[in-house]
Amino acid sequence: MLMNALLSGLTLGAMYSLVAMGMTLQYGVSRIMNLAYGEILILGSFATYVLFGSLGISPYLSLLVVAPAAFVLSWLIYSIMLTPLVARARNPIALEVDSILITFGLLFVIQGIMLVTFGANYTSYSYLDFPVNVLGSTTSANRLVALLAALVLGAGAYLLLLKTRTGAALRAVASEPVGAGLVAIDVKWAAALGFALGGAIAALGGVLASTFMTFTAQMGVAFTMKALIVVIMAGVGNVFGAFLAGFFLGLVESMVATFWDPGLTIAVIYAVFLLALIIRPTGIFGKAA
Amino acid sequence: MTFRKLKLLAAAGTALAAMSLTGGALAQETPGKVKIGYAISKTGPNSGGAMTSQVPNYELWVKEMNEKGGMMVNGKRLPVEVVEYDDRSNSEEAVRAVERLITQDKVDLLLSPWGTAVNLAVGPLFAKHKYIQMGPTAITDRSVELAKRWPLSFWLAGTSASYVDALVDQLVKLKKEGKIDEKIAMAAVGDGFGVDLSGAARKALPAAGFKIIYDKTYPVGTQDLSPIINEVKAMNAKVFVAFSYPPDTIGLTEQARLLSYNPDLFMVSVGGFFPLYKQRFGDAVEGVVTLGGIDAKSKAIADYMERHRKATGREPDRSASVPMYASLQVLEQAVERVGLDREKIAAEMKSGSFDTIMGKVSMPDQTMPTMWKIGQWQNGELQGLGPSSLPGAGKITFPKPAWPAKKD
Repeated sequence: MLMNALLSGLTLGAMYSLVAMGMTLQYGVSRIMNLAYGEILILGSFATYVLFGSLGISPYLSLLVVAPAAFVLSWLIYSIMLTPLVARARNPIALEVDSILITFGLLFVIQGIMLVTFGANYTSYSYLDFPVNVLGSTTSANRLVALLAALVLGAGAYLLLLKTRTGAALRAVASEPVGAGLVAIDVKWAAALGFALGGAIAALGGVLASTFMTFTAQMGVAFTMKALIVVIMAGVGNVFGAFLAGFFLGLVESMVATFWDPGLTIAVIYAVFLLALIIRPTGIFGKAA
Repeated sequence: MTFRKLKLLAAAGTALAAMSLTGGALAQETPGKVKIGYAISKTGPNSGGAMTSQVPNYELWVKEMNEKGGMMVNGKRLPVEVVEYDDRSNSEEAVRAVERLITQDKVDLLLSPWGTAVNLAVGPLFAKHKYIQMGPTAITDRSVELAKRWPLSFWLAGTSASYVDALVDQLVKLKKEGKIDEKIAMAAVGDGFGVDLSGAARKALPAAGFKIIYDKTYPVGTQDLSPIINEVKAMNAKVFVAFSYPPDTIGLTEQARLLSYNPDLFMVSVGGFFPLYKQRFGDAVEGVVTLGGIDAKSKAIADYMERHRKATGREPDRSASVPMYASLQVLEQAVERVGLDREKIAAEMKSGSFDTIMGKVSMPDQTMPTMWKIGQWQNGELQGLGPSSLPGAGKITFPKPAWPAKKD
């Protein structure tokens, strides 16, 4: 039973951490609280569904198209819609408020387009859903792939942020945007890159989730909420923290469901969230303000 | 002030309605067309259900009438005009839209919105202006009381207890035949219908001599249902009943199959009767018990499904669609017999008998007793099993065949 709970917690946590890593990049580096984040994710799910359903392209192969497309789309959203806000914002708080409002609008635009295009129905298909035995406990291959993807992405993000110049620039902009500009980092470029990378990760999450989850055009908000909890709990902008916190929440959820009551998962998650914020208002891995 | 204006309009509407009632035949002699209106969830969380079970049937029905030249009223065919609003899955929006349909668009007939909550919200308005309210997706334990209070309302699906009764009836039979023991495992989604059904089951199952050995509720939107399946599998539960919503209906089936949990009876609820369910699981649906059902042998139903596919480009669901369409046929025939006076229509619907795709239908208690409550996927079709007293009721395949092996 413990092994079952561990495995299900890890696969669930993988999704949470994957989704949260993208959001924390957007929020941390480009200072945009993107409420339309979940919509980009669902857009990725639908794109995969269409590519798989009509052209028979494997969902994992479609990743090669969907993730770059989301990258470009997010870059465009940032440079067309959000740069004017960044330019006129007098302080970070003003930018945060403006970005919340504009991405709230964007949420409905993207959702509306998906509703018109794909309808409001539940969508589900099966791909790679055969059972895989891991240490005496069973899960499906597609969930295992998502787990691996989260691990790879976590490692990739770690390498990118800590071992490359680009990563250093992103981190610099995240921690001190004004100072970063002073040392000849193109802040605008770094912010757009952070936002676009976040969008690509969202789409990646959508592609992976679509293989094992029933989704609708209106489900994006649920993902945005979960990601938001993980991001805030981990400390805004901390990618590695989001990675760990995602897994942590997944494990908590499956432990509660297995050993206590499936009905209490949400209550416990929010209790943990509140507790974390009371003890460390800037997040578990966040720096003191 | 718009609010005052609205109230004024409402008052004017009531006065007009009262006048047309007293005016009787005189006012009704020269309508050039029949105006039918509805507010329904075309967007929002309810739209998945509304756009599967109700809207396509409204469209099909109107299209077929207009192809015949219109609705037969007082011996003459009048073209049907439709006024449609989106309630955005919001009760207040639905109330406003229905008010507009009554007072501004002055529709002759209203069709009902989707779902229990919205139907309860607009109920008083329908009743106040004496409009017929009739739908298969409003399921409440108060339906008997509401039917009395609102004499023009028809609660086709009856109470949630009636669904559980149909299930218990099957279980009792299996127990009598010695095929199952008294142990039942049960999971339910912690929302609306799931809470109602599991609540009814907690009373009905022990009363019928069963013991609920597993009883857990999970939140809406739970993504990972493997803890539940792992636990009932570890308990070796032979009868598993889930009062679930579409995403978890699919999730539970998926997990049961993945973890090779093969109970003798496997039941899921909302969504199990969607075309998506069969499309998603293919042959693996064989033997799964779920809500709803159709008479798979009926030619009239097969013919209806074909027309539905042709006209709307989509597959009807196997629970609410058929009674929805049949009830529209009832309405159409009642209008043909008594004209557009809505109180007379309701009286005729209660006392008369009507030819529909479900055969002869009569609705004396403002409900549709011929609606299937529980069915089982047999040979690729969701065969209705209960109420077992209905003509055409199928026999349960027991035990359910094991999930077929994965091919990919």
